[in-house]
Amino acid sequence: MARALVNVPAKAKRGAVIEIKALISHPMETGYRHDESGHVYPRDIINRFVCTYNGVVVFQADLFPAVAANPFLSFFTVATESGVLALSWTGDDGRTQVETANITVE
Amino acid sequence: MSFDRGGTGRIIPGAGKLLRAHHGIRGGAVAAVLWLAAALAAAAAMAAEIAPGERRSGYELLSRETKAMQDDDTANPGTLWVLDGEALWGQKAGSAERSCADCHGDATTSMKGVAARYPAFDAARRRPVDLEQRINVCRTERQKAPPLAPESKELLALTAYVARQSRGMPISIAIDRMVEFVEAGRSLFHRRQGQLNLSCSQCHDDNWGKLLAGSVVPQGHPTGYPLYRLEWQTLGSLQRRLRNCMIGMRAEPYEYGAPENVALELYMMWRARGLAVETPAVRP
Amino acid sequence: MPERQTIVIPTRRQFLVVAGGLAVTSTVLPLAASRPAAATPDTMAAAIRDFIGEATVRDGKVKLDLPPLVENGNSVSLNVTVDSPMTEADHVKSIAVFNEKNPQPNVLHFHLGPRSGKASVSTRIRLADSQRVVAIAQLSDGSFWSDSVDVIVTLVACLETL
Repeated sequence: MARALVNVPAKAKRGAVIEIKALISHPMETGYRHDESGHVYPRDIINRFVCTYNGVVVFQADLFPAVAANPFLSFFTVATESGVLALSWTGDDGRTQVETANITVE
Repeated sequence: MSFDRGGTGRIIPGAGKLLRAHHGIRGGAVAAVLWLAAALAAAAAMAAEIAPGERRSGYELLSRETKAMQDDDTANPGTLWVLDGEALWGQKAGSAERSCADCHGDATTSMKGVAARYPAFDAARRRPVDLEQRINVCRTERQKAPPLAPESKELLALTAYVARQSRGMPISIAIDRMVEFVEAGRSLFHRRQGQLNLSCSQCHDDNWGKLLAGSVVPQGHPTGYPLYRLEWQTLGSLQRRLRNCMIGMRAEPYEYGAPENVALELYMMWRARGLAVETPAVRP
Repeated sequence: MPERQTIVIPTRRQFLVVAGGLAVTSTVLPLAASRPAAATPDTMAAAIRDFIGEATVRDGKVKLDLPPLVENGNSVSLNVTVDSPMTEADHVKSIAVFNEKNPQPNVLHFHLGPRSGKASVSTRIRLADSQRVVAIAQLSDGSFWSDSVDVIVTLVACLETL
């Protein structure tokens, strides 16, 4: 489990456009780096990020090696109802890590 | 831990003797004072230090975007290590099955101000130790656990977590028992070394603010360590940065934990006195 | 001593490329050309064509924010914002970011929709060299809009690894 930091407002007014920030620890090894003897460090990146809001996908991103290490994403979504935001990162190895945050919408 | 290796980047003979002689400090007190007087006189003849009113953190040289990256805890990659450190703080370790919290309680109170006064004098060892060494003293002596390796994820995380508790506080080293070590550090800082025959002072005291190959030369105050360096794409310690600087100057770097590195850290923190701790900082 | 073609991988310091037919001393290691050819304006154009198909791309609506001068290409703050009401009838479906000189032309593809509220995304990217970065947005009506920024990437002054 990589350390992740998710920022979702705890409370929001219905219909408000809220900012979500997601930061995760990951080297995002490009596959283009090599050592002095020519050995290439194999590619190992997070290639997909998905945010769902009570199960509905509200934001997705396809990431390529050009994304900086310890990838940071900030995006917006409409606070439609109280519930759970689930943020998931999927790596080249196929594994997915999910972090959740609750939101109260009044 | 040899002081006598030849080649570039070695400690100057006087400073080496002084670092070793500290073990006999009581007997050599008079000698130490005389050496100190001579060193101060020599120091005055060296390149001038930056005037207190002119001291600036490298933060001020950052682009708008990099400043924002440091200022926003939710976007600063260093926060990831601080969070890891917070988790490690509460984890029992070693044959003593103790966590940091078991002795030190809540770090947000007990560690407040600690990083602002490190490196600090270790009475048992009769020499200064930096924060990483202090953490490892606790690991080995109190937790009865193996020491954490330099630049390891765990050591960086714990150091970042502890230092984070001093963020915003002015750096303030009590040098009363460490004057000779500060002077040893100052000598190292002013010593020409390596294939380029450059001293730290020539760039960071005499030419700060000027351009070196497209980058502005900072004054080199270690206000935000451990910090996230964009060049490293990870968090790293002051000693890592010093070693990299020396390689950049084409000098032989000192080993992690070497007394020369600690003396340099001590001098640089003393030189930065009054500037605020920024840990975890972001730098290019 | 056999003749070898030795290619030194262009590092950021742009070391010399040694052509074939030269005798090599034992101190120089033969290195595989493991780094692929960098993206070029042509490969970027091809990647853009993959994204937009036969459509034409218009300038406007998209604002790509990148610092014009970058301290370190390992981490460059980027924001792309598209002027759109983000309603069911009129919204941004996706935004793709491309580059000219990294080893490959794609940087990020974002997928948005009416639930987004605002078409604005921030992130941090890697730029291998001074180059042009292009952002293209696809709207719900099928149209494509773009913005581009030329970025200068500086290198650190001192090489710090052995």
